Amino acid sequence: MISQIVSAVGVVIAGVFVCALYYWLSDKILQAVFPVPVDNVRAASVNLNRRAMVRPWLFLGPALILLLVYLVYPVVATFILSFYDRSGGNFVGLANYRWAIQDAQFRQSIFNNILWLAVVPAACTFFGLVIAVLTDRIWWGNIAKSLIFMPMAISFVGASVIWKFIYEYRGGSETQIGLLNAIVQAIGGSPQVWISLPFWNNFFLMAILVWIQTGFAMVILSAALRGIPEETIEAAVIDGASGWQIFWKIMVPQIWGTIAVVWTTITILVLKVFDIVLTMTNGQWNTMVLANLMFDWMFRGGGDSGRSAVIALIIMAAVTPIMIWNIRQANKEMGGH
Amino acid sequence: MRAAASLRRIGLPRLVVHLSVLVICIIWLIPTLGILVTSFREAGQITASGWWTAFTGAAETSAARLGEASTAKQNGATYVISGSVFEGGKGGTVRAFGTRVAAPTEFAVGKAADIGDGETLTINEDGSYTYSKNAPFEAGRGKRVYLSVATPPSFTTENYRTVLTSQGIGQSFVNSLTVAVPATIIPILIAAFAAYALSWMEFPGRALIIALVVGLIVVPLQMSLIPLLKMYNEIGSFFGVPSRSYAGIWLAHSAFGMPLAIYLLRNYIAGLPREIIESARVDGASDFEIFVKIILPLSFPALASFSIFQFLWTWNDLLVAMVFLGTGKDQLVLTGALNALLGSMGGKWEILTASAFITIVVPIIVFFALQRYLVRGLLAGSVKGG
Repeated sequence: MISQIVSAVGVVIAGVFVCALYYWLSDKILQAVFPVPVDNVRAASVNLNRRAMVRPWLFLGPALILLLVYLVYPVVATFILSFYDRSGGNFVGLANYRWAIQDAQFRQSIFNNILWLAVVPAACTFFGLVIAVLTDRIWWGNIAKSLIFMPMAISFVGASVIWKFIYEYRGGSETQIGLLNAIVQAIGGSPQVWISLPFWNNFFLMAILVWIQTGFAMVILSAALRGIPEETIEAAVIDGASGWQIFWKIMVPQIWGTIAVVWTTITILVLKVFDIVLTMTNGQWNTMVLANLMFDWMFRGGGDSGRSAVIALIIMAAVTPIMIWNIRQANKEMGGH
Repeated sequence: MRAAASLRRIGLPRLVVHLSVLVICIIWLIPTLGILVTSFREAGQITASGWWTAFTGAAETSAARLGEASTAKQNGATYVISGSVFEGGKGGTVRAFGTRVAAPTEFAVGKAADIGDGETLTINEDGSYTYSKNAPFEAGRGKRVYLSVATPPSFTTENYRTVLTSQGIGQSFVNSLTVAVPATIIPILIAAFAAYALSWMEFPGRALIIALVVGLIVVPLQMSLIPLLKMYNEIGSFFGVPSRSYAGIWLAHSAFGMPLAIYLLRNYIAGLPREIIESARVDGASDFEIFVKIILPLSFPALASFSIFQFLWTWNDLLVAMVFLGTGKDQLVLTGALNALLGSMGGKWEILTASAFITIVVPIIVFFALQRYLVRGLLAGSVKGG
């Protein structure tokens, strides 16, 4: 264990050193290859130009290589693999797609993903907005925000353990030690095995993600609310608008863009939700979602790269509109510079 | 705040706001509090009562045997056995007792209870009892009684000792650190150089690369897993090295964090004042020198924001670790170990809660210590796009 710590520390130091060495050395080599002679102005300017042409690529090099190897190439490869059989050796055309359409578990996953998409982003944004408005009006608002924001730091697996304990069910006459069942019992209901209740169990899993992500929505929306010009609200007050009207008709429309950003960010997160379902139910009791089904097929029976590639592509397809919108937005900003 | 201040003059009564925020905070805190409290309770108490009763003490049902007939003393026509139900036990306060397991709270303490056969039994709060009969007791083992015992709140750190040593959580903790620290530091440096090039150097294709980076931010990890797993296996078998290694996961994490890192850092670095960089150029500083001496120190807030993101993401990640590091016992990171324990230790909450708390304690410390930078990073990453 000690040796592992030592080697990890060594790697950090060595890694940083190697990175720094690369950038430093490549810069030195560049200067050596394209010297700038003091006595020859023409050669100097030519070489200075050449340096300026090459240098960006030296700076970008490592990052581009990582992006190409780990993200760009795999996207293309996954697309191609989706037309091949389980080992990736034989071309099978659209067979994997046909399988997906007819597979009951795949349809279940699509249905559940749509359910997650319908509930979680909306719930997080709504709670986040309400809490942001409320906490902005009290002196201990920042402490409250910290506490609500805190679950963001907790891993999905950790959060799953936390919530599994809340949903804990004990049979027979044993004392209910899960908070939810204890509350249900206290108000006269009968305890349930929440995570295996068909259909509704999805919502119990979603609650975990809402608990984690509301803080994110709150922080961003709170910053947006503070950016609203005071005059607009003063004007509304003078015109005799009620607090409710000011909130819905003055404040919300002005932060519409931010709400969209929060919504799409959480949407992307929801599409990739994996850890929560894996640790809570592993897809049992009709809770399977796409990311888990994909992982399942990656290793099921030695792995089926064709089918899992199809599932990954479905997730990718769902993300693509957001991706295009983001790129457009970024381009617009760049143009504005 | 200004907007809110205006609303305040006409808004809801203040008290309602305070109360609702308080309620929300409590709801948000309770889940975490539950496992924190539970992780310090004894296994027996965890299953006997809900964690919310931990501070008031728990009512446990226990059994005890009264003295044998041979210890009876004759007192006129009655025979009496006396002693304490806690003999040889750990003690406590008796709340109620019974003679059947199904009804451990049948009789109240301190009052003589008629338990049939002409026998009466009195058990006091401190555990002392008087067991009398109007005829000699039958020989044999002492009578069994069931007690509802209130145990004082007691907390233990035993669960933590258990999980850290015998459940492999200690090893996993080191593994998680081994994964997360290099996977946080390496991408920062690489991304910072790239971000500088994308902000302050003119070259053809720059806009295209920025668009690529923005696009890649949202590409789901799932798209990368299959080809990369194949590639790792091939490299492993080609060079005769294990396909799953720390080096592999460091690179994977670095690459997956790279688009966001470049995007965040570029936004920040591009916003630095042009005069500083141009005057340095006029003074003859090379781009390398400008980067190291000017850009890096000035970008500290952005670097800090991103490193917090990346650290939380790599520490909390399960998927990448499962695929690229494997699920062997000595390679499991904390999230993987916790997931495995959920499978094998199903109802053993003393193990699960202590393990869970160990996995979340580091990110929570990081979170509270560096929250300012985290918020700043979130705002830079999200609001800009709006």
